[in-house]
Amino acid sequence: MSDSHFFDSWRKFKSRIAMVALFLGCIFAVIPLFAILLHLIRQGATAIDWNFFTQVQKPVGEVGGGMAHAIVGTLSQVGIASLFGIPLGLACGVYLSEYGKRERLAGFVRFALELLASTPSILVGVFVYGILVVPMKKFSLFSGAMALMLILLPLVARTSEELLKLIPQHLREAGLALGIPRWRVILSVVLRSAWPGVLAAILLGVARIAGETAPLVLTSFGNPNFPQGITQPSASLPLQIYTYAISPFEEWHRMAWAGALLLVLSVLALNAITRLSGGSHGRRNVE
Amino acid sequence: MGVEMLNSVELETLGLQAYFGQVRALHGVSLQVPRHELTALIGPSGCGKSTFIRCLNRLHEESPGARAEGKVLLEGRDIYAPTVDPVLIRRRIGMVFQRPNPFPAMTIYENVASGLILAGVRDRRVLDPVVERSLKQAALWDEVKDQLKKPGTRLSGGQQQRLCIARALAVDPPVLLMDEPTSALDPISTARIEELLVDLKKAVTVVMVTHNMQQAARVSDRTAFFLLGEMVESGRTDAIFTNPADSRTEQYITGRFG
Repeated sequence: MSDSHFFDSWRKFKSRIAMVALFLGCIFAVIPLFAILLHLIRQGATAIDWNFFTQVQKPVGEVGGGMAHAIVGTLSQVGIASLFGIPLGLACGVYLSEYGKRERLAGFVRFALELLASTPSILVGVFVYGILVVPMKKFSLFSGAMALMLILLPLVARTSEELLKLIPQHLREAGLALGIPRWRVILSVVLRSAWPGVLAAILLGVARIAGETAPLVLTSFGNPNFPQGITQPSASLPLQIYTYAISPFEEWHRMAWAGALLLVLSVLALNAITRLSGGSHGRRNVE
Repeated sequence: MGVEMLNSVELETLGLQAYFGQVRALHGVSLQVPRHELTALIGPSGCGKSTFIRCLNRLHEESPGARAEGKVLLEGRDIYAPTVDPVLIRRRIGMVFQRPNPFPAMTIYENVASGLILAGVRDRRVLDPVVERSLKQAALWDEVKDQLKKPGTRLSGGQQQRLCIARALAVDPPVLLMDEPTSALDPISTARIEELLVDLKKAVTVVMVTHNMQQAARVSDRTAFFLLGEMVESGRTDAIFTNPADSRTEQYITGRFG
């Protein structure tokens, strides 16, 4: 009796040690996020004002200036990238999951997407530089968008394939047995059942490209003014942060901090939306 | 055995063979299914009865590497003829599966109407009466009429299976295939479905796979016994159960194997 008592408390002690270790691990994992956020707020919050959202970069020496051009640049590049990347990625994902199970082409496409997804993003920039910037003989918002699109496409394709594969086969059969054509079953049963997850994957992909910097350096290049059209160079938040941050001016540094804060908050907001919408319905409906 | 009186034949297979890749799962099955009767398919696991029923609405060929040979005549016309569109066949031959499988992203109403909605019918004046009629046929209307907007997956297992029966009936198929429709359900839900089958076969020809021989004896008019990919014998259910022609049938229904 006393023996088992001894062993019991020893076991509980070990269990407690393990729990503490796991808890500390979790704390360490989230500390950087809050440290970054706190630091950004402290450094940048004061620079976020009306001018920040309405003004472009001022010439050196002039007071004021803002991020308006960078915000417009990022929104339009991410928008164009999404316009092409989301439908193409979804098409790839649907093909791989629903049609490509037994085909050799599918294996090749899957492998190629894997490679594209793991390509360093600066290389994507170099590639687009070669096929768009050089022939057009100038940096442009469009080529920046295409570089972002090449990063978004494999993300959407691979995640949507995985999510569609999770939809049980018996649901496809239920649809086919009703005399519904295959394409309809895929759209209205398979994709619709997987939609909350697929939408989450899309939003995460968009959040990811919104923060990309490297592929833009050699494509949309940066621009101290509003973009003058999609064939002209364009600013973007990450690039403008860099421009402001490497300057020697105190005023610009604060603007860089503020830009970073805005970027992080937008990405966090996208992630939060994803979590909330994905968590409240969907998942639990699919076994 | 004397001459049998058959209702007119609705569905008939002639030398039906089914393959999974190189493996032959059905070795030439010929069976006549009379109109407005319930035909039960019995036999041990792996005997090919599920494969057989999946050949009847051309669903078998949707499995990887699967194909079928032979003829399946629906009202005298071969559904495996090269010009036939399997999509149209499946609108005439409905199916209910072993596990209830309502569409997760759809409400009860949408589930029942899905066969019509996904074929392009949007008019509520057309859909409403169909939904009500189908749910009544499936003996589910009274339980769900006030919650048609709820997700179909919120219902209990037995209700989900009746929802699936209503969904299959909504496109008005003359034939309904059921692949062990009660094997995942509790006895009370099973009894409810058996009750509704008795009414259902007045309007629809039913072919049902079952593992439960008491169920076959209770609800079916005719029974076919399958073994190792062959149909050993078929006939009126009372004859099969009281006076089987083949000793293997007798051994199976008296519980000596399977």
